[in-house]
Amino acid sequence: MKYLKIKVLILVMLCSSIAMPQQTPANKQTKDIAIMGGTAHIGNGTVIENSIIVISDGKIKTIGNADTTPITLQAMDVIDAKGKDVYPGFIATNTSLGLIEVDAVRASSDKSEIGGLIPNVRSQIAYNAESKVVESMRPNGVLIAQVAPGGGRIAGKSSIMQLDAWNWEDATIKANDGIHLNWPSSFSRGRRWLGEPSGLKPNSDYADQIKEVADFISESKAYLNGNRAVKNLLFLAMEGLFNGTENLYIHVDDEKGITDAVNFAKANDIKNMVVIGGYHAFKVANLLKNNNIPVLLTDTHELPSLEDDDYDLPYKNPKLLADAGVLVGIQNGEPANFQTRNLPFYAGQVVGQGMDKEEALKLITSNTAKILGIDKQLGTLETGKDATLFISEGDALDMRTNKLTHAFINGREISLETHQTELWKRYSDKYKNQ
Amino acid sequence: MIKKYLALITLMCTLTLSAQDYFPKNDGVVANNTNYTAFTNAKIFVTPTQIIENGTLLIKDGKVVSTGTSVTIPKNSNVIDVLGKSIYPSFIDMYSDFGIEKPKRQSGRSRSAQYDATRTGYYWNDHVMPENNAMDKFDFDTKSAKDFLNAGFGVVNTHIQDGIVRGTGLLVALNSKDGNEMRVLDPNSAQYLSFSKSVLSNQSYPGSIMGSMALLRQMYLDADWYSKGNSKTKDLSLEALNKNKGLVQIFEAGSRANDLRADKVGDESNVQYVILGGGDEYERIDNIKASNASFILPINFPDAYDVEDSFLSSVLSLGDMRAWNQKPSNPKVFADNNINFAFTTHDLKSPKEFKSNLMKAIKYGLSKEKALEALTTMPAQLLGKSNMIGSLKNGSYANFLITSGDVFDEKTTLYENWVQGRQTILEDMNTKDIRGDYEFNLAGETFKLSLKGELSKLKSEITSDEKTRGSKVSYSNDWVNIAMTTVDSTKQEFIRIVANTFQDNSLNGKATFPSGNEVSFFAKKQEKANESEDGKDKKNDKDDKTVTVLPVTYPNVAYGFKELPKPETLLFKNATVWTNEEDGILENTDVLIKNGKIDKIGQGLSALSATIIDASGKHLTAGIIDEHSHIAASSINEGGQNSSAEVSIEDVIDDTAISIYRDLAGGVTSVQILHGSANPIGGRSAIIKLKWGESAENLIYKNSPKYIKFALGENVKQSNWGDIERVRFPQTRMGVEQLYVDYFTRAKEYDIVKKSGKPYRKDIELDVLAEILNKERFISCHSYVQSEINMLMKVADQFNFNINTFTHILEGYKVADKMKAHGVGASTFSDWWAYKFEVNDAIPYNAAIMHNVGIVTAINSDDAEMSRRLNQEAAKAVKYGGVSEEDAWKMVTLNPAKLLHLDNRVGSIKVGKDADVVLWNGHPLSVYSKAEKTIIEGVTYFDLNRDSEAREQIKEEKSELINMMLQEKNKGLKTQPIKKKEKELMTCDTIDQTN
Repeated sequence: MKYLKIKVLILVMLCSSIAMPQQTPANKQTKDIAIMGGTAHIGNGTVIENSIIVISDGKIKTIGNADTTPITLQAMDVIDAKGKDVYPGFIATNTSLGLIEVDAVRASSDKSEIGGLIPNVRSQIAYNAESKVVESMRPNGVLIAQVAPGGGRIAGKSSIMQLDAWNWEDATIKANDGIHLNWPSSFSRGRRWLGEPSGLKPNSDYADQIKEVADFISESKAYLNGNRAVKNLLFLAMEGLFNGTENLYIHVDDEKGITDAVNFAKANDIKNMVVIGGYHAFKVANLLKNNNIPVLLTDTHELPSLEDDDYDLPYKNPKLLADAGVLVGIQNGEPANFQTRNLPFYAGQVVGQGMDKEEALKLITSNTAKILGIDKQLGTLETGKDATLFISEGDALDMRTNKLTHAFINGREISLETHQTELWKRYSDKYKNQ
Repeated sequence: MIKKYLALITLMCTLTLSAQDYFPKNDGVVANNTNYTAFTNAKIFVTPTQIIENGTLLIKDGKVVSTGTSVTIPKNSNVIDVLGKSIYPSFIDMYSDFGIEKPKRQSGRSRSAQYDATRTGYYWNDHVMPENNAMDKFDFDTKSAKDFLNAGFGVVNTHIQDGIVRGTGLLVALNSKDGNEMRVLDPNSAQYLSFSKSVLSNQSYPGSIMGSMALLRQMYLDADWYSKGNSKTKDLSLEALNKNKGLVQIFEAGSRANDLRADKVGDESNVQYVILGGGDEYERIDNIKASNASFILPINFPDAYDVEDSFLSSVLSLGDMRAWNQKPSNPKVFADNNINFAFTTHDLKSPKEFKSNLMKAIKYGLSKEKALEALTTMPAQLLGKSNMIGSLKNGSYANFLITSGDVFDEKTTLYENWVQGRQTILEDMNTKDIRGDYEFNLAGETFKLSLKGELSKLKSEITSDEKTRGSKVSYSNDWVNIAMTTVDSTKQEFIRIVANTFQDNSLNGKATFPSGNEVSFFAKKQEKANESEDGKDKKNDKDDKTVTVLPVTYPNVAYGFKELPKPETLLFKNATVWTNEEDGILENTDVLIKNGKIDKIGQGLSALSATIIDASGKHLTAGIIDEHSHIAASSINEGGQNSSAEVSIEDVIDDTAISIYRDLAGGVTSVQILHGSANPIGGRSAIIKLKWGESAENLIYKNSPKYIKFALGENVKQSNWGDIERVRFPQTRMGVEQLYVDYFTRAKEYDIVKKSGKPYRKDIELDVLAEILNKERFISCHSYVQSEINMLMKVADQFNFNINTFTHILEGYKVADKMKAHGVGASTFSDWWAYKFEVNDAIPYNAAIMHNVGIVTAINSDDAEMSRRLNQEAAKAVKYGGVSEEDAWKMVTLNPAKLLHLDNRVGSIKVGKDADVVLWNGHPLSVYSKAEKTIIEGVTYFDLNRDSEAREQIKEEKSELINMMLQEKNKGLKTQPIKKKEKELMTCDTIDQTN
């Protein structure tokens, strides 16, 4: 029985790979598609059982209950999704997808530029649309990713990409969505060469390091107020923070750092600030809520950062913030970016801590879309939004049941094949024929 | 007067003692002094327990002649009346580097690793230097001697504090007046060892504590073999080691865990070390006592943390905070348990800090008698020098202290420290105590004068009409000089007073005004003020005596147990039971656990005295087993050589690792702690049960099969170690094969000689490799790409044994048929890839393919985080490749048990097996489920309810400690900055940083 099932699966895969060669981006949608009978997880906390979803011209044209929504299925491709689940494409934030291919091979990394304060550096143009790691995201439902640079104090600008494209230009959903600031750490390592003990001690340069950024911001503002006759790439790159077109993503985890960062952003007229990391954000949830500052929490599959912490603190952290009324999403900034495909399970982990499943889904769909400023087109299964969605045989937040059968980006049915499924088939066949 | 007299004696002594009989004399006549010195009317501590009230100490030629109440004082005696004063034997520090220049690391050293020794004619490892003699480097340090003398020490043991074997040290009296011919009491008083490498050599090996342990074991074996004349070559190190065999062996261990490690090495090599401890021994004092070792204890008790900033202090761990509170009680715990210990000033910045720390130990319950013993008779006994030092018995060196009273009282003044009959005056004991409040009149004005502080550093306060005048006082040789400002504060003018103290309770002399006018001066001591000060002191004393020492837990960190939990009889009712046996998954089933075993499985079970656990709607499974873990070890890699079969992770288990507890919370009950992958032949594994709270020794499986880690690929060829690391063989997969063939060839030859009964040089490394050849030890080999996997199987075939497990084995799916034919098992990641070049073709379907081909397949973590979610990782085998849920579950339970050859004990729910089970609140493969109880051998080591109680307790205890620390700071005591605890999470690639 077991083997039979595998054979069937293999057959399915073989067919689809013939129809759609691996890694070749899908063509533009030409024919309307209707997904019938699935349980639609809207991404805003609600569910439509026995749903019908019509995709037309890359957008969701209709979504509703199949019994109550009249639709003419003629001239449409109809997908039977009975017993299956339909989700909006999951959105991964703060990733290094397409910037790092093999973490240990320096030649394959474009994650960190030098210079310290470099808001002008942009991840968008270094994004490798043909990365094998990127394609491996899709079979798990991760269809959209924010790609962020990582070096220095101000690391540069991130962009938001969809994960099925010929090149970075086609992949771009939103270019330069924000600037990433690595907040100074409250602790620094002793400098052994100066005879200091090597452990972590309070960072005596903390205030100076903040001042360096504050000065840079002041200089930028002064420059932008002037006639800009002489081009200054660094200062020009800061403009979006002051006119509200770009987010300031502040990477910070500790209670004091977050508090300082919030006050810093206020004092410097930063329009849209987002906390990335936020391990101890729950301790200052009120402050964040009152200032409308969202948090992109580090993924739940992490160890507690302090020895005495609750063993399940990383598991429940998103719930703590959500319960306190903070807008929260989940991110994974690890250089080991293959892990990003586990994004659905990071959200699933919170359900085990008592969060409602549909609320947990928001952590990787509508909430992240809002935080990134792409919620008008993405993040939920709602009429008029991009048809970027997928069908899973079961609950996509649980690894037990996350099995995609179809996925769409802007209505284009994308391949769920990867370098890995190809090897799987090749070697399964080898032993089958022995 | 008396003082001058003493000076004369001193001078005469110099004349006699320093001149050696047979030395020519060119600066005068030979004048022998045969006089005695008698100290009368003293309270004499001959030993900590033999105390003479109102007795006499008679000394001559630097030695004690007699002590007692009826000592006959010869006529040619200088008699010193010390009425009301006490005499103690002066202290001994048996662990110092007094007079030895600290060896310095060479500058301009090469950046790439050095694998071979730099010396010839010595042992093969530079860090073994038994041939060193501290005497050769010794240069009496008068300044440092003074610090020791001030702290009450008379004799120190000193050595070169560098390297693993450090050679001999010397015992020296702190006699600054004579030369080495007098003060060196023994030029070879002990041999010294440690786990730390020499700063003088860059030789890589050993790069870990387990490597140091292995090196010492092999060294002792080699020394024995050498002593029997088996070596064809000269080895000055081994010769010295054999020569030093009869000496006291002192081992710098420095922590509870290392104390036991050192003792273990010693026991195996028939050496009983005297161990320099670390101050945390109280955490598991039973193990320390069981070592039967004697200890040298540093008393550098930590300062309170500066916890005022609540942001910063929130990172402090309970363990670190407790250490501050508990460490001062360590000596008391030793005394209570009758473990021999001596004190040392080692680890203190200066002997000046000694007294305050010692007083703290006493405040925390150490008896004064034991304290004195630890400073006098015990070190003397441990050094085998009781006849010479450490007491004032007849014939001992005249090394003693004269004090104003109890030497362990804060207010006591240490007057004199005599060493070998040589006097050092620390405070003039004939100085009158003139401290107190006085009144005097000058030019019609009445002044109040208060003299306080130490007699040698008097402080003055002068007031008139409640206004304070600036003043400065000095006091010596019965004369007081005071300078005070005039009433006009705008001018820098002084009234100078000089007065003598010949008359009790008054100061007599003259005062000189800025104008030059002189008037007589008389100040009368006021009686009342004194009393009130005493009263105040008493109140302080009372405050100080209320010391709270928080109880130790097992382990002594957050979530530790107050008492070790015991096995229970447990009856789980109506569970969904994943048996992993032919019965499959049983619904509504009861499981009885008794005597640490699975006792019954069935429906409607009942048992008297069993605790019933309602498991309706819940799932009961066998505990998870992680075949590849690096938690709970204080070192993981011995990368100092390309083969390290001689090291064992069992030597370095860390029973305090919070990862143990976190793994339990994820339903893990057993793990194999593998050596890392820094070299092709790694070290031996430790297979442990996660019995949180038990000692390192008790965590390890008894009679478990033997394992060793091998590794292939990028790590062993140092591909990602930077371009500088290009000198260690092998650098390619081609070289890796040859290395194995070479070692196994040698092991085979070795084994033949060994089995023949002919004499042979016992080699631990080759013994271990021979075990593999003899199928007594299994290999778990870190592997990635198919070429290397195939290669190692062929090497094994060549030597007629089987590889037991390929771990990681990410390209196992490419050679699954060959693996199946070889009979090797697989332990893999569920979905890791892309983190380095050799995992480009790693696929998450790997487990499914290997499983389908018929290989025993497990899923492992190699990661402290993933280890606690292995149930979810197993579920990925369902997702990727469609393995059945039951088979997927076995991949983290029964299959790893099979790979570890422990499936007769653990891995399934079967009557008679160990009761290592987990109760899940839902489907065990679901991301939504969590472990509610994790039980090992019938003991509940993790329980969700207990966990939430523990969280509250941790909060309370931390608040209490923070409060205590704030009080300490408010008292004006020193604090230390916040320290953020880092426990390095180890993976295959972790290189030991501590060594």
